[in-house]
Amino acid sequence: MSGNEAVARGAWEAGVTFASAYPGTPSTEILENVGEYKEINAEWAPNEKVAMEAAIGASMGGVRSMAAMKHVGLNVAADPIFTYAYMGVNGGMVFVTADDPGMHSSQNEQDNRNYAPFIKIPMLEPSDSQEAKDMFRDAFDISERFDTPVMFRMTTRVCHSKSLVELGTRREFDAIPYVKNRAKFDDVPAAAMRNRRRMPERDRKLLALSNDCEYNFAEYSGSKKIGIVASGVSYQYAREVFGDSVSYLKLGMTNPLPIDMIREFRNNVETMYVIEELDPYMENQIKAAGIDCIGKDKIPAIDELNPNIVRKALLGEERKGVQGNPNLVVPRPPALCAGCPHRGFFYELGKRKDTVMVGDIGCYALGGSEPLSAKDLANCMGSAFSVGHGLSKAFALSGQDKTVVACMGDSTFFHTGIAALEEVIYNDSHLICCILDNRITGMTGHQDNPGTGYTLKGEPATIMDIETIVRALGVESVRTVNPLHLDEMKKALDKAYNEVREGPVVLITRWPCVLKKLSTEDRREFRVAPAQCTIDQKKCIGCKKCLSTGCPALSFDKYERKAAIDPMQCVGCTVCAQVCPKQAIVKGARKA
Amino acid sequence: MKKIDTKSVLLVGVGGQGTILASKVLTSGLIAAGYDVKMSEVHGMSQRGGTVTTQVRFGSKVWSPLIGEGEADVLVSFETMEAMRCLPFLRPGGKVVVNTYEMPSLPVLSGECEYPDGIIDELKKRADTLAIDAVKVATDQGMPRGMNVVLLGALVAALGVDDVDWAAALKSCVKPQFYEANLKCLEAGLKLASPAA
Repeated sequence: MSGNEAVARGAWEAGVTFASAYPGTPSTEILENVGEYKEINAEWAPNEKVAMEAAIGASMGGVRSMAAMKHVGLNVAADPIFTYAYMGVNGGMVFVTADDPGMHSSQNEQDNRNYAPFIKIPMLEPSDSQEAKDMFRDAFDISERFDTPVMFRMTTRVCHSKSLVELGTRREFDAIPYVKNRAKFDDVPAAAMRNRRRMPERDRKLLALSNDCEYNFAEYSGSKKIGIVASGVSYQYAREVFGDSVSYLKLGMTNPLPIDMIREFRNNVETMYVIEELDPYMENQIKAAGIDCIGKDKIPAIDELNPNIVRKALLGEERKGVQGNPNLVVPRPPALCAGCPHRGFFYELGKRKDTVMVGDIGCYALGGSEPLSAKDLANCMGSAFSVGHGLSKAFALSGQDKTVVACMGDSTFFHTGIAALEEVIYNDSHLICCILDNRITGMTGHQDNPGTGYTLKGEPATIMDIETIVRALGVESVRTVNPLHLDEMKKALDKAYNEVREGPVVLITRWPCVLKKLSTEDRREFRVAPAQCTIDQKKCIGCKKCLSTGCPALSFDKYERKAAIDPMQCVGCTVCAQVCPKQAIVKGARKA
Repeated sequence: MKKIDTKSVLLVGVGGQGTILASKVLTSGLIAAGYDVKMSEVHGMSQRGGTVTTQVRFGSKVWSPLIGEGEADVLVSFETMEAMRCLPFLRPGGKVVVNTYEMPSLPVLSGECEYPDGIIDELKKRADTLAIDAVKVATDQGMPRGMNVVLLGALVAALGVDDVDWAAALKSCVKPQFYEANLKCLEAGLKLASPAA
């Protein structure tokens, strides 16, 4: 079971009945798996703040509830949880933050452990799948017993590593009837202040729990010369390197930190190391308590750890692998798939001069690489239109003659893009806003969203039509195009470049993700006939124009001086055929 | 749990090549045979045409799901160049199973660089390497998409774990209608990598 599957199982065993999330690597599979349990109402929310608020509401209503998000999602969801920490819960409430040390699929590697003392709530950190399941289940007891939401912190290697898990059974949770309680749940300043003044007492009780809980324990199996304090996957790395030769203080509850326990452990060992990924979160608190330890002086604070890094840092030993030949390796950055509908958009946009292209978070983040080169910058989810708005204003105010084109996907538009578009319209921005609607949340592996017509459970839902929303907000210049038809795409961009002088313009590209399992509605709307393109070797002049589309199915035979198409990858989107000056590429037989 | 030192397998390829299915069959077989098993894979952005790696570790008791350089006993690469990229993860004396299937990366497409020549020969100079045209082998078995299972067969032969029922593991991971064709691919891969072959 992966850590994410284990959390879902833990939720089920704990009697959770409401769960909400917005997908984001490495957290996505948590809710997908929660959705497999028929007893749990599992939902995709448009964004993390909404997911957190829905879980808070369900908790107030008296059932056990959860939310899940990636680390940066907690920034979006921070507002409601800071205040819910003051109120305390009715039904138990736990949320997962899945951090991404090493930034495998993220724009930063913020260490969300820092949030727990900031929000003033307890934090649990599992180190493998068994712990993920057991601790998640138990987190609900802590939530109710101490009247607090609980933060459950995972990392990529805990979420996406699989290990054996012993399963338990579901304990049904009887809903706690809702009783109006304004003193607790109505956050007017007077009530909030009363709640705030009660929190130090809760902190003291949680500290006592942390010093005496089954998830924090010392292991004196080895020598007491060296003692290692570790939590999360770092504990597994330490174990891998040192085996039974040293002593460990394994921490599963890391806010509040069990300072008394740490002090006792320190007194029992000669030298104490703190092994933690990213920030010196534990180390700083341990040192602030006057306890001597060695941490970030040796262990890197940037990027994820692995056993080799720990070994090198603490033992000075380095395992050498077989030497490769670097001359025989060229980079392989991620690329838009063969047949990706975004390709046509970026191909046409990348040719434009004096344009600043603002991107966003999603597959279209890949439009910036060579050869498409159609992106200047990007920041965070849903920011393209608002950052683009600021840019275009700056250019207008300072006399820089540039057109700003901003793009985001359908799910990103529903996430926080709509508010950004309001900014563009309200403050009269001369910005071309593009919504790349591929009918699904793509990068995270195909989750439904408010535009797709289905819920997480696969049940029919109201389809929110993006063009209707945009028109309702008050934009007059709106056009929906098929991005795989380059002529249509080009004309739409030409028009947009003209119209943007008058005010905001919205362009919607609409074609399903090439990997999407098409719904009934999709099949009705889009005539997708998977086929393959082939190159007529006699007509091909080896000009490499087709390669400029950046399609991974294409290659160039340097001996024959001709382009080639990999039949294993090609789906017959014909973008390459449309750019070929010699009509050497033809759509052939149906794909096997 | 069986008493053996932990062994590590690194599967590498390009997003979409089917490394996940291969590692799923591998771990199912090892678990059924009574090993402690951990597996780590990467999802998300890097899956889109970038390098993907999956690590499988098994033994009596496995701690870290992750390995560092010089720690893999077997490196199996679904794409030719990726084997060279990940070679430093192989321990000295470890084995390489490599597919002779080449996928140009974006910088190759955009003309910034060329796909390197002579990778297989270089690999053979540096490690015990078995190169397989897995697409051809799979096509010969009637299922071109079964190249991942061909490579899996070669991998388990190279691993030298002989107490696992791989056919049963495969059966538990693929749809019934594809089982027979996949089994042929698995057996073809096993045969290629067996010392007698």
